[in-house]
Amino acid sequence: MENRELVCVACPLGCPITVTFDADGNVATVTGNTCKRGDAYARTEVTNPTRMITTTVRVEGGSAYVVPVKSANPIPKGMMMECMAEINKASIKAPVNIGDVVIENILGTGVDIVATNYAE
Amino acid sequence: MLNYDLVVVGGGPAGMAAALKAKENGIDSIIVLERAETLGGILEQCIHTGFGLHYFGEELSGPEYAGRFMKMLEGTDIDVKVDTMVLDVADGNVVTAVNKKDGLLKFQAKAVVLAMGCRERPRGALSIAGSRCSGIMTAGTAQKYVNIDGYMPGHEVVILGSGDIGLIMARRMTLEGAKVKMVCELMPYSGGLTRNIVQCLDDFGIPLKLSTTVIATHGKDRLEGVTIAKVDDKLQPIEGTEEYVPCDTLMLSVGLIPENELSKNSGLDLDRITNGPQVDEYRETEHAGVFACGNVLQVHDLVDYVTEESQIAGLGAAKFIKGEKVTGECVYTQGINGVRYIVPQRINRETDTDVKLYFRVGAVFNNARIIVECDGKEILSKKKVKLCPGEMEYVTLKQSVISELPADAVINVRVEA
Ligand SMILES: Cc1cc2nc3c(=O)[nH]c(=O)nc-3n(C[C@H](O)[C@H](O)[C@H](O)COP(=O)(O)OP(=O)(O)OC[C@H]3O[C@@H](n4cnc5c(N)ncnc54)[C@H](O)[C@@H]3O)c2cc1C
Ligand code: SF4
Repeated sequence: MENRELVCVACPLGCPITVTFDADGNVATVTGNTCKRGDAYARTEVTNPTRMITTTVRVEGGSAYVVPVKSANPIPKGMMMECMAEINKASIKAPVNIGDVVIENILGTGVDIVATNYAE
Repeated sequence: MLNYDLVVVGGGPAGMAAALKAKENGIDSIIVLERAETLGGILEQCIHTGFGLHYFGEELSGPEYAGRFMKMLEGTDIDVKVDTMVLDVADGNVVTAVNKKDGLLKFQAKAVVLAMGCRERPRGALSIAGSRCSGIMTAGTAQKYVNIDGYMPGHEVVILGSGDIGLIMARRMTLEGAKVKMVCELMPYSGGLTRNIVQCLDDFGIPLKLSTTVIATHGKDRLEGVTIAKVDDKLQPIEGTEEYVPCDTLMLSVGLIPENELSKNSGLDLDRITNGPQVDEYRETEHAGVFACGNVLQVHDLVDYVTEESQIAGLGAAKFIKGEKVTGECVYTQGINGVRYIVPQRINRETDTDVKLYFRVGAVFNNARIIVECDGKEILSKKKVKLCPGEMEYVTLKQSVISELPADAVINVRVEA
C-alpha cells in the first residue's frame, strides 16, 4: 500500500505526517508528528476519520438567539451533515451554562452535543 | 479623576491575561475597560474549536477559552467596566473613556496596557469594480451574523482571501447548508493555517484557487455574481482568464489591521510592517509605562500566543509600577532576507529575562534555517522543515547572550533556504 501524507489537524501547528503500511495494509509507521496526539490522529485518519463539529443551537426564552455548541468528542467525518440536520432541529431553554448537554448521544455515535457558552 | 495603578484598554484575551498577570505580581488597583457588552473580544464569535491546546492542553472553542479567563477575573478584585469606550490615552498616562451610565470618565494610571485587538480590512481597501449592492461583507461580519445573531447572510458564496476567518466561514456556511463555490487567493500560497485548509476546504471539496482574484461584482440591489481572473507574478489580472461565477454573497478575508487609532493619537510611532507600536522585551512602548499586547501589537493566529504575550506585558507593567523594571541601553532587532518583522523591536541590554523574538516570513520556505546574527557573527540558528507567512515563528535569545552585546547593536534575523 502507498504511503499517506497527512496534515495533522489536532492542533493549529499542523505538522506534516507520513503514514506507512505493512503488507497487510496495517499502519507500520507514523512520522513527522511533534506529539502523541499527532500519532493518534494519523492512525484514526487512515482508518476511521473523525472531526469535531461546532455550530449553534436556537435558544428559547432568552435574550440570545443562539448559543454555540460542540461535539464533546470527535464524530465520524462522514456523519457531519446528518448531525447538523439533527442539531438544527433542536433547541435549548435559557438559561444555558457552558457544558450543558443539548443532545445526548447524537445519532447513536456515543457523543453528546454540549453548549460552549452562557446564554441568558 | 479616578486613580488606578493599571488601566487595561480592551477586555479580549489580551487584556484579561495582562490584568491577571499584573494582579498575580502584586498590583493592587487594576481596571479593565471594554467597549463591547461583554468581555472576551473576538473570541465570542469564534465558536469553532482549536483554542487553548498549548495553554490549557485542551481543545476549546473561543467562548470557552475566553470563559476560563472571565472566571479567573471574577475570582479577583480587578475592576471591569463593559460598554465603555476609551477615547484617549494622553501624556502622563491619563485615560479618557465614555459610557452611558457614568458619562465621561478620566483615569490617572501609573501604567496602561493597550489591548484593543484588530479589525478586518474592509472592501474599501481593495479595488473591485461594481456597485455597492448588498451581499458583500467581511468574513468576520458574516461570522457574527451566523454565530451570534443566528442569521444566514446568503446561500451561494464566493470567498476572497484565504485568511483563517475566510476558511473557517467556508466550513461554517457549508454546514449550515450554503453552497461555498470557491475560495480565491491573490497570492500563490494561502494566508491561513494548513489545518484550516484541510478541515475547512478539503473535507468539503471546496476548491482553493491560488493566484486568483475577484475583479468585478455584478448585481443592483443584491449581488448576483462576480468575475474572477488569474493574476500574474506582479499580481495583475491576466487578460483572457476572466470567468463569471454566479453567487449572492462575497465574503472578504483579506487581512487584519491592528486597531491603533488610540496609539497613533497618543503620538506613538507604529512599526511599518506590523502596524503596531514598537516595544521592548516587556512590550513597553516608547512611552514610559504604556504597554501593548495581543492583536493590537501584531496580528496573531493563535490565541495561546496572545495570552503568552499579554502575560509578558502584564508582568512588565507590574515591574514598572513597582519601580523594578530595567530600562537603559538597548539593542535593536531587525528582520532581513525573508523575515518581515520582529517583535520586540528593542531589548534592554540589562534585561532580567530570556527573550523570545517573534516574527513572520514573507514567503514559503522548505528545509530552511533561521539565523540570528549581530555584527556579522552568528548568535543562534534553528532548523525548520517548513516556514510559511501564515504562521508566526520565534527564536529564544538567552539573557546571557543579550548582556554581552554592545549598546545600540542591531540583531538581524534572516532565513537561509
Ligand atoms: C475569525 C477568527 C478566527 C480565529 N481562529 C483562531 C483559532 O482557531 N485558534 C486560535 O488559537 N486563535 C484564533 N484566532 C485568533 C484569536 O482569536 C485572536 O488572536 C485573539 O482573540 C486576539 O486577542 P486580543 O485580545 O488581542 O484582541 P480581541 O479579541 O480583538 O479583543 C480586543 C478587545 O478590545 C476592545 N476594544 C478595542 N478598542 C477599544 C476601545 N477604544 N475602548 C475599549 N475597548 C476597546 C474590543 O471591543 C475587543 O473586545 C482567530 C481570530 C479570528 C478573528
Ligand atoms: S502532531 Fe501534535 S503538535 Fe503537531 S499538529 Fe498534531 S497535535 Fe499539534
